[in-house]
Amino acid sequence: MSARPLLRGGLRLESHKTRPLQQSVQPMPAPSTAVLALDQGSGEEAQAVVTAGTRVRVGTRVAVGCGAATDLHSPVSGEVRAVEPRPTASGPGTCIVVASDGRDERDPDLEPLDWSALDGAALLERLAGGGLAGFGGAAFPTAGKLALARAAGVELLLLNGAECEPWICCDDALLRERASDVVLGTQVMLAACGAARATIALEDDKPEARAALEAALADAGDSRLEIVVLPAVFPLGAEGLLIAAVSGREVPSGALPPEVGVVCQNVGTAAAVARFVSEGVPALSRIVTVTGSGVRRPANLEARIGTPVAELVAACGGYGDTPPAARLIAGGSLTGRALASDTVPVTKGLNCVLVATAADLPARAAQMPCIRCGDCAAVCPVGLLPQQLHRAAHADDPAGLARFGLADCIECGCCDYVCPSAIPLTAGFRAARDRQQLHEAERRRAAEAKTRYERHRRRLDEQVDAERRAFEEARRRARGDGAGGN
Amino acid sequence: MEFPTSASPHVVAGYTVPRVMFQVLLALAPVLAVQVYLYGPGPLWLVAVACVTALACEALALALRRRASQAALRDGSVLVTAALLALAVPPLLPWWLLAFGTAFAVLIGKHAYGGLGQNPFNPAMVGYAVLLVSFPLEMTRWPLPGPEWDALTGATALDALRTGLRQGYTMQEVRAGAEFGRLGAAGSEWVNLAALAGGAYLLGRRIIRWQIPVAMLAGLAVPAALAHGLDPGGHAGATFHLASGATMLGAFFIATDPVSAATSDRGRLLYGAGIGLVTWIIRSWGGYPDGVAFAVLLMNLTVPLLDRVTVPRIHGHP
Repeated sequence: MSARPLLRGGLRLESHKTRPLQQSVQPMPAPSTAVLALDQGSGEEAQAVVTAGTRVRVGTRVAVGCGAATDLHSPVSGEVRAVEPRPTASGPGTCIVVASDGRDERDPDLEPLDWSALDGAALLERLAGGGLAGFGGAAFPTAGKLALARAAGVELLLLNGAECEPWICCDDALLRERASDVVLGTQVMLAACGAARATIALEDDKPEARAALEAALADAGDSRLEIVVLPAVFPLGAEGLLIAAVSGREVPSGALPPEVGVVCQNVGTAAAVARFVSEGVPALSRIVTVTGSGVRRPANLEARIGTPVAELVAACGGYGDTPPAARLIAGGSLTGRALASDTVPVTKGLNCVLVATAADLPARAAQMPCIRCGDCAAVCPVGLLPQQLHRAAHADDPAGLARFGLADCIECGCCDYVCPSAIPLTAGFRAARDRQQLHEAERRRAAEAKTRYERHRRRLDEQVDAERRAFEEARRRARGDGAGGN
Repeated sequence: MEFPTSASPHVVAGYTVPRVMFQVLLALAPVLAVQVYLYGPGPLWLVAVACVTALACEALALALRRRASQAALRDGSVLVTAALLALAVPPLLPWWLLAFGTAFAVLIGKHAYGGLGQNPFNPAMVGYAVLLVSFPLEMTRWPLPGPEWDALTGATALDALRTGLRQGYTMQEVRAGAEFGRLGAAGSEWVNLAALAGGAYLLGRRIIRWQIPVAMLAGLAVPAALAHGLDPGGHAGATFHLASGATMLGAFFIATDPVSAATSDRGRLLYGAGIGLVTWIIRSWGGYPDGVAFAVLLMNLTVPLLDRVTVPRIHGHP
């Protein structure tokens, strides 16, 4: 239990977490209409298994996951209204719209899970049915990640409680109030992934959370679990950096954490796992921080997945007038996504709604030329030279982009934060990545077209050959016949 | 409710290039103050001439390049170039020579290559080098500090040392001359101390980072100390070199110009050490009194190579 430094770079940012943490987590009522995005934030859509008119109850499975998408369960009882495109936090996407009947009837199939009686593989299979996803933001399926870890034989389960974004405090609130859930969820995940030990990492600016967690650990008396306290440096919560800070191992570029014997899960995910095994309730709700100077009463809300963001803001007293809300951010001020509208629903990956005034997020100065000051390189937590990468991106130079590590950028935004020339570096790197993907797709299409054409040519040639052979055969036969006839 | 959107990150520190440049100007104030104290109002006049010329040339260049001029004129970078050049030249230099050097620095050194952020060579040192090779006499005549400001002009201590040693005088005889002070050169040792103070301020405010100045001072002091240790009669020691000529101005204000310096930490260590070493070589055996300007320009030449071979290891790479 020592404070270890972040490997390099990073930012020490002014924290804005006190106001939402002044009161306990507020439970939100069920929404009258729940909007379940098939893509919960992982970038892949689940397959809807209901249609308009299907009756559902709380916990009824409405979509099956595959790949990076998890199963989805109805957070309310009522009737499916539609399966249609709606605006979501990650752009327009297909959503299952469920109208609540207000009765909140629980699906009778939901049962607690006697997890200690199951072996790892069976437990993984049951967890996969819980719709559990990375609550830290990535929303990657928990069971899938644990299965990969089990197959790789990982040694350490790392619980990520490092909430480094300056406004987000949902994990802090969770640890203060439900530390025993986190401990139970950790034990379940240990059994599922087969790791020998678990480390719960949190930062030194969360003394209350740490105390609650220490008490819960003492109650559990499980020597496999330990707490590691890290300095509050942004972006220490990024998976690869946290693994390096805690274990001293670097996940090789392009590889996944099991490669170095570690699997990482968010503390919120652990609490959801605990709820799933002890009550049988799949991932139907999560804690969302609603904060910023543009909302009247910042708070941490326990909201059901599918609740419109506007209802969260309303539950916090609504938008303030003086000064007015200028921006709405899903996630944190550095890595979050700016929302165009508050109609988007809560997803499993949504940890924070930042209702920012102009003073919360001051406008950037006018962009100037790069003066190569290197401040960006000094704060880059993965050791890139953003100034050089920027140059390569500007010149659209693929060799330079590769050499300066475009693929290794974690898009944390530290370089933008310090850039005295106000260059939108991260956005530029993202655009360069998109361009590369486009080029890649074009290359692939061109290669496929080429293959198709070559096969077509070959078929044609073969056909011509076959016809010629047939013709010559016929002629030979005709001649032979003629000769024979002579 | 509807909101405007933008790309992440949504918050920045609000640090800007103009603020960086004005901090540098502020840190140069002690250097100017000491020069005025030692040599009279000449340096003040030179700084004014250089700044006016630089702003005029910047405006001209931007007009010729058809660029918006307001932001660029206000960013302060051209004033830093002007102030550095004015503080590097002898305080009694004819004003039109300085105006010529400044115009060359801004028009050719900076804008011919594409303006702010694009120049491969330090513009102030381009201007200095042009003046030094074109007007060697005017550029090497320094007044002796004292109440009679323009009474005595002559060689600098660095010059006197080299010439004296070549003519067969002993180190003690040479250093007894009026050009020499307690640490290094008379007068210029105080300028060096002022530049060191300004540099410490810049380091403290994190405007510059330590790699280049420390490496440059080490690159100069270590060979000087070694040579002095081996041949005390033939070479001045580290203290003399550190407190003479443009050492401190070079280490904290000139070599640290980020545009023309190497950009990675390791690159900057090599770059700074190279400047220190080349400065010492020029001072010891070269034909010019001081070597800082040429050392900076020579090391500017190596920057593309240094940048190429000093890319730091990226997280997750072997």
